[in-house]
Amino acid sequence: MSEIALEVVGLVRRVQGVISHTLVNGIDLSVEKGEFLAITGPSGSGKSSLLYLIGLLDAPTEGEVIICGQPTSKLSETERADVRLTKCGFVFQFHFLLPEFTALENVLLPMRAHGRMSAKDMHDRAMALLTSLGLGEQTAKRPNQLSGGQRQRVALARALSNRPEIIVADEPTGNLDTASTEQVFGILRDIADGGQTVVVVTHDAALAARADRRIHIVDGKIHETTFGGARKPEIAAVTGTAE
Amino acid sequence: MTTNLLLSIAWTHVSTRVRQTLVGMFGVAMGVGFTIMMAGLMQGSQIDFLRQLVDTMPHITINDERRSVPSQPAEQEYAAVAMSNVANVNPRPGIRYPDAVMASLKSWLPGDVAPSARTTAIIDHGGGRIGVTLTGIDPRFEVHVSKLASQMREGQLSDLSKAANGIIIGLALAEKLAVKTGNTVVLAGGEGTQISATVVGIFRSGLKRVDEGQIYSLVGLAQTLMGQNGIINELRLRLNDPLIAQKVATQVEAQTGYKSVSWQEANSDLLSSFATRDFIVLTVMGAMLLSSSFATYNIISTITHEKRHDIAIMKSLGMREASVRRIFILESMMMGSVGILFGWILGYLLCYAWSKITIYNTLTGATVPLSIYYSPMHYVATGAIATLCCAVAAFFPARKATRVHPVEIIRGAS
Repeated sequence: MSEIALEVVGLVRRVQGVISHTLVNGIDLSVEKGEFLAITGPSGSGKSSLLYLIGLLDAPTEGEVIICGQPTSKLSETERADVRLTKCGFVFQFHFLLPEFTALENVLLPMRAHGRMSAKDMHDRAMALLTSLGLGEQTAKRPNQLSGGQRQRVALARALSNRPEIIVADEPTGNLDTASTEQVFGILRDIADGGQTVVVVTHDAALAARADRRIHIVDGKIHETTFGGARKPEIAAVTGTAE
Repeated sequence: MTTNLLLSIAWTHVSTRVRQTLVGMFGVAMGVGFTIMMAGLMQGSQIDFLRQLVDTMPHITINDERRSVPSQPAEQEYAAVAMSNVANVNPRPGIRYPDAVMASLKSWLPGDVAPSARTTAIIDHGGGRIGVTLTGIDPRFEVHVSKLASQMREGQLSDLSKAANGIIIGLALAEKLAVKTGNTVVLAGGEGTQISATVVGIFRSGLKRVDEGQIYSLVGLAQTLMGQNGIINELRLRLNDPLIAQKVATQVEAQTGYKSVSWQEANSDLLSSFATRDFIVLTVMGAMLLSSSFATYNIISTITHEKRHDIAIMKSLGMREASVRRIFILESMMMGSVGILFGWILGYLLCYAWSKITIYNTLTGATVPLSIYYSPMHYVATGAIATLCCAVAAFFPARKATRVHPVEIIRGAS
């Protein structure tokens, strides 16, 4: 039986304001280690909200997010930050690289924040990651000297630097041309095939179809689950959601 | 979270914003520099004034008064006796057995003592009549208890003995009466005695009230004007350490029974006004440093505003809020530290430049440089206060910025 990397139980996120509304409305979900999960849905459906809850960037109103067996609803903000640092890697639609730092320094950032590796090991790993993503010649360049696709690959290298269990990506190809989109999605696919869990929010149905599983969110609820790829039987067995 | 990482992010922020960093540093440097200059100037003038005061006056003056009415013999003998309407027996003024008192004091006093006869008189010259204080001194002892010898502008202290009824007068008084050395003036005492005296010297203490209203003679001349031969009504003490004058005065008074007034007690109003002045100066200096920290506050506010995406991303990567906040406090401290360093240099240069400025005193007619007091304490204190101001100035905008939820920024960006 496969190992569960991420489990979401009865997840609700309500926003209180002049007009209160529910962003995520009772989602249950299990994601296997090494699974590539795509979350799709129309704008405002709650897919990004679900992603932020999964990545512990936001706290649920109700429910629980369990990451690698660790319940997170009762963690303090500091403890949540520590979980993000070690177990989650983020990639956003906008690369969000630190503009004054080089590509190498951006990739080093999470490792330096974690502080568990020697300077040499950190440097070697950052270089290896950038080289494996085809950026071996761009390490000394700042984000404004890189193309959109290169920036997003640097962001991916940064997300991978601390060897997180889960890669959380919010529209990672939203601002990229077709070639770069293909490249980035290929990398995400490779990451999942390498054993890390990948959860991606995307509008691109063609790309989502290449994931192991696609969940379609409407009004904060899972409207439809679609399996694809070779992992379907295993996933269905684990989650019990096979159609 | 490794401090090296925070330092490197902070350094990157300040080094890539040269203009803002320079403005912040300039603000701190100006605040620190001018505060040091103010402190040096204010304390310098105060110390200079006190030094003049201490040099001009005896540190302790013992006179023939008592702080309270002496008890009657019957009161001392019988506890139940109450005395009222005690007849005024007009005892002979002056300190009794002054030589014995002086000898007794000299045995333990950390300094010197000199006898004097002090009275008031009117000095008359060329139609000008001015009331003065006449102090009859013994030049042999006087050199040990006052700086009068070094304050002489014309003549010498020993000249008092060389002329019949010689007197030494203050420069301001001499100018008022148009008196020169060698002139003869008339002194009128309280008992109606009139004596012709010769001006044998002119002194300048630097204190207007002394230079205008004090004259010196030999003890004998003062006694004659008082009509009390042999009277010594004042003993003047000079201590090795003027700052213990109050304590010694209390001991002397307990020993002799005569009222002993330290220079601090004699100038208590003035010293009290100094305390008020110190408070005002400290408030002004604090305000200057605080104002300079507003520049830091503005700059850190601007940086945190510009860096809100970076803050969001650092938090989303797993950096703790406190660590991100520390980055901006470190930035402020970096700007502050360099600013303080330049402020110290500026402060020293300002103090040096100000010490070259001379002021003409219309009363004394002297041109004197501004007194500056150089103290490492000024540098340490301004540095510490400026550092604290920088930390506080950065803390609030940094706290506000780092409290923002990263999702709000990330959603805003998209």
